[in-house]
Amino acid sequence: MVEPAPAPEPVLLPELLPIPLARPESPAVLFSAFTALALKGFGGVLPVAQRTLVDDKRWMTREQFLELLSISQVLPGPNIINMALIFGDRCHGWRGAMAAMAGLLLAPLVLVLALAALAQGLRGQPQVADALRGMGVVAAGLVLGTAVRLAGGLRQSPLGLPACVVLVMATAVAVGLLRWPLVGVVLGLGGLAMALAWRRVGAP
Amino acid sequence: MNGVWFGPDLLSAAQLLHLFTHFMMLSLLAVGGAITTAPDMQRFLVREQGWLSDAQFTASVALAQAAPGPNVLFVAVLGFNVAGLAGVLATMAGTLLPSTTLALAASRWGDRNRSSRLLRAFTVGLAPVTIGLLLATCWILLEPTRTQSTSAVLVAITVGLMLRTRLSPLWPIAGGAAAGLAGWV
Repeated sequence: MVEPAPAPEPVLLPELLPIPLARPESPAVLFSAFTALALKGFGGVLPVAQRTLVDDKRWMTREQFLELLSISQVLPGPNIINMALIFGDRCHGWRGAMAAMAGLLLAPLVLVLALAALAQGLRGQPQVADALRGMGVVAAGLVLGTAVRLAGGLRQSPLGLPACVVLVMATAVAVGLLRWPLVGVVLGLGGLAMALAWRRVGAP
Repeated sequence: MNGVWFGPDLLSAAQLLHLFTHFMMLSLLAVGGAITTAPDMQRFLVREQGWLSDAQFTASVALAQAAPGPNVLFVAVLGFNVAGLAGVLATMAGTLLPSTTLALAASRWGDRNRSSRLLRAFTVGLAPVTIGLLLATCWILLEPTRTQSTSAVLVAITVGLMLRTRLSPLWPIAGGAAAGLAGWV
């Protein structure tokens, strides 16, 4: 009687093996990682955060990053700060949350205040006012660019494009031209939009 | 150096408290990031209280965009230009305390209810409002330069670069500084 040969072990190429995720060992590690990525982020930290947290540190998968981002965007407050808070909290509780947020804010805060103090000290110089005025125009352009980029997503909105356009324009006019207080606009127009969305998205 | 550390105009404790509570209220309304509340900050700081000029307000936001770090730091620069380091404390604590508390409390709820109808209605409904607020922010940042047609050209170039290239925003900001120095805007 011949023993059947054992089935060969399935060969997995190394890149097909699931790479185990790492975990930040301590709040201090979180603090230094978030400090480093904040200082690399000019004009927004989010792209740098994805590269650092997903690709370099392997603290989360791309899917986990997107999931974390969508939660952070739903909550009020700065998205990247919310993301750091929630991630830090999941790793090391409230101490982790505080460490990640402090890392994100502390070093850039010192830097930007030094710049502000410098600009204030040079306030008498007309060149400084000229340069800042030009930078202000570009700052407006960067905000407009963000709006244009986000507006592409409205095509898929369950509200329908016409309703979205009306809501965008009504908000812009109320806040930008009529200068109505934000409270009323977000609660009024935002509430109306949410009620409409509630009806359109239906029960899950 | 009194002007640097305590701001150009020293605010009273009551005024600092008013600054703090107004930014605290805005923190909970910051539905698409802190920059969407910029129009109301301008309304409060420039129009209502007269603590900053239009030019100072826009310059504060521009300065923060030229530095690395989260965009929310423009709030710190606004506080600094209103009332020095005490102003920074008032605006930053006001902006961060409510949203931080809420984020920590709500994240676990959101984890479990990501597909809930309420959460979907919230995100779907607020998306167009967020974009409207960004348009208003752009309009208000242009307050000091809106009458010049060259500033519209510079805005268009910035938007084009941002959407069509992967250039770091540092370059258009440097270009804006150069355009300002050259007297084009």
